[in-house]
Amino acid sequence: MMDVIGLSADLSLVTALSYLLSVLLPTMIIAATPLVLASTGELVVEKSGVLNLGVEGMMIMGAVVGFIVAVESGTPVAGFVVAALAGALLALIFGFLTQVLLSNQVATGLALTLFGLGLAALMGQTYTGIRPPQTTRLDIPEVSNFPILGDMLFSYDWIVYFALALVGAVWWFLNHTRPGLVLRAVGENHDAAHALGYRVITIRLAAIAFGGACAGMGGAYLSLVRVPNWSEGMTAGIGWIALAIVVFASWKPGRVIIGAWLFGGVTILQINIQAANLNILAIAAIVLALVTVVMIAFNLRTKSRQGWIRVAFLGALALLGWAMALTWPDFRLDSAYLSMTPYLTTIVVLVAISGDRTRAALNAPASLGRVFHASN
Amino acid sequence: MLLDISGLRKAYPGVVANDDVAFDIAPGEVHALLGENGAGKSTLVKMIYGLVQPDAGHMRLHGRDYAPTSPKDARAAGVSMVFQHFSLFEALSVRENIALGLDEAVAPRTLSDRIRTVSRDYGLPLDPDRLIGDLSVGERQRVEIVRCLLQDPRLLIMDEPTSVLTPQEVETLFDTLRLLSKRGVAILYISHKLDEIRVLCDRATILRGGKVVATCLPRDETPRSLAEMMIGTTLADPPVRRAIPGRTLLKLTGLSLPTDDPFGVTLSGIDLTLRAGEVTGIAGVAGNGQDELVAVLSGEALVEAGMIRFDNAPIGTLGPNRRRSLGLLSAPEERLGHAAAPEMSLTDNTMLTGRVRQRLSTQGFLKWNVAANFARAVIAQFDVRTPGVDTPARALSGGNLQKFVIGREVMQKPRVLVVNQPTWGVDAAAAAAIRQSLRDLAATGASVLVISQDLDELMEMSDQFAVIAGGRLSATRPAGSISIEEIGRMMGGGEAA
Repeated sequence: MMDVIGLSADLSLVTALSYLLSVLLPTMIIAATPLVLASTGELVVEKSGVLNLGVEGMMIMGAVVGFIVAVESGTPVAGFVVAALAGALLALIFGFLTQVLLSNQVATGLALTLFGLGLAALMGQTYTGIRPPQTTRLDIPEVSNFPILGDMLFSYDWIVYFALALVGAVWWFLNHTRPGLVLRAVGENHDAAHALGYRVITIRLAAIAFGGACAGMGGAYLSLVRVPNWSEGMTAGIGWIALAIVVFASWKPGRVIIGAWLFGGVTILQINIQAANLNILAIAAIVLALVTVVMIAFNLRTKSRQGWIRVAFLGALALLGWAMALTWPDFRLDSAYLSMTPYLTTIVVLVAISGDRTRAALNAPASLGRVFHASN
Repeated sequence: MLLDISGLRKAYPGVVANDDVAFDIAPGEVHALLGENGAGKSTLVKMIYGLVQPDAGHMRLHGRDYAPTSPKDARAAGVSMVFQHFSLFEALSVRENIALGLDEAVAPRTLSDRIRTVSRDYGLPLDPDRLIGDLSVGERQRVEIVRCLLQDPRLLIMDEPTSVLTPQEVETLFDTLRLLSKRGVAILYISHKLDEIRVLCDRATILRGGKVVATCLPRDETPRSLAEMMIGTTLADPPVRRAIPGRTLLKLTGLSLPTDDPFGVTLSGIDLTLRAGEVTGIAGVAGNGQDELVAVLSGEALVEAGMIRFDNAPIGTLGPNRRRSLGLLSAPEERLGHAAAPEMSLTDNTMLTGRVRQRLSTQGFLKWNVAANFARAVIAQFDVRTPGVDTPARALSGGNLQKFVIGREVMQKPRVLVVNQPTWGVDAAAAAAIRQSLRDLAATGASVLVISQDLDELMEMSDQFAVIAGGRLSATRPAGSISIEEIGRMMGGGEAA
């Protein structure tokens, strides 16, 4: 059976599991961290009622500026701080254009992405091929060396923990503080917030700057830790996935982590499948089987007839995939198709999410993307 | 005197909204501010509430100079306001909405307790944890009022508070307001419902064209004399008309439509028959399925074919244009953005709804000259005040645009016309003109369906009458066979006795 997947037969289940937990899981979490940072920032921006499509541009600015500063100063921390500032500064250009000059948010956001990509390429020209200084890892003796668990939980650099703490802080800010309530109110109905005497534009500018800072840090994480290297256009669409994750998470901070890990997981899985030269049909069958199991568990609670039809359909697909994998054990897919999977997953998940309009409508900020002008 | 205003003036480019306005309010007084649309009432209260700063003049509160530069200043000085279009946030809870209106932060639990106390004291029951989106219009208004009361105001400004309430809710509101006035809170009450002002208010200041034209004791006036002071001319009585209904034009049977909007209303089991020459009125509190019903009739939302029959032919699955070509026309409530495209000219807007029935296109090519002429005819016949047919819809005032939107449908000679809130936010003269045109249309043998929250309007216009509540429609009754109290009970969801 293992031959079908392509792993050697002597690989026991225990070593497979420990490989999964101590190697795959950490790389997945590292791959997800830029997404966690950037989508948390964008979530706050969207909660204030602004749609900033320039995440990609702000991330790559953070990537190049962070890289330059870290290399020149030798301290990665300085790189991250300045990357956050650069992201915030770029975001404030967007803020000035959309909030003060009332330009169209979609067009301005797209322009910001193009501007960021171009400017970053210009600034980073002489920095290609250099290795940045290493970011410190959390290293608690004893604990970090503990088998499997040490690698799983305590082996990361400080930014990973910072990103998770930031999600918690944003959740607490939005749901349990007065400024957070005001921010949500501005995103929900800016005219009413204005009538109550809140300063809509100031609040939105602050949210935009915060979003930019988060995106900048996410970008710096790419160039300083994940890759670590600088190359032109290295964000490769991550900013767009971050935007999709905000919708996937239906504007709830906790779900941002799930979304980011899902997309990080798909990215890492895809790279590993490419490297190990596995049979994609078998992998697809296993993934489908897993989704079926999850849906069965979910259906036991809701018990809808439609749900069971879906389960049956997915289960049949999984069996079909497995049958095909047994028929063609040597089937190999071109790596270009595998590289598409994170983006394809994004599209599929977004379609699935928008199927449930009720839930999306309840959490989506009602003033999202609408121009605010205090007429009197 | 609590508030003393003199010589107040505010000019906007091209229009003087307020000119030399002077009046005063005593503690505990209920003071009415009366006037047509555009008379300057909103600008005046916005100046008192600090949303707008006056160009000239003085305000004195408690004998001290009072010049608020923001609503925060006004609230700190003891002035609160309940808006006509509520400034509430649908996706937030009652408590969160009230917290947003307070200037100091209060711990959630303390605030919930205070909300319960105040709502009990003033007979305004509220659950702090419910979402605004799930509340009825009357409950939403309670939230606004409680929000104001928590700040212990000396002057409460209410902008058209009863325009969306059932008669029973109006009674409850008046009880609360009388209680407040007994405790020394002054109330500045803006409305154009003259009966209410006569019942509730101690004094009235009447504005016309931005100036104070009269101050009177409303108890000593008749609704007619008040209206004539507002308009500045004498009013003509509408002629009495009794229709003999003709044959059935439109029939709804068991019409149901589930909603997928979390704040929408599911229509269920609606039966209705519209006959030629008849005006049918549908009353109901906003958000009880009116918008959904209009969407179903206009063809924006589709249902099973047999649920809607026009001339006995099933049309439930036909889209708006097919229905228009048959002669089923509609004018939705939202003037800007639904009935008319704000940035497009009146000619463009005529083309949008008139193309099919007026044959404004041949084989895919649009006949702009014909459309412009049709728009001119609407403007002339319905006395729409506009520089010309190239003016964008957005530039017209509410009343003028409403006349245009209704006129555009009436002049297409519909066989059945559905209108939702035909006179919402329209001044008395324009409203009378619109009602007259709809009655005239019915007199030519068409059937008119009027959906409105204004009971007086429906009583005046309709030949038969039904109430929509929670997505269900009551049986139709001949007008005149049903009392206001009974209607009020049905609007609140109860059945007629």
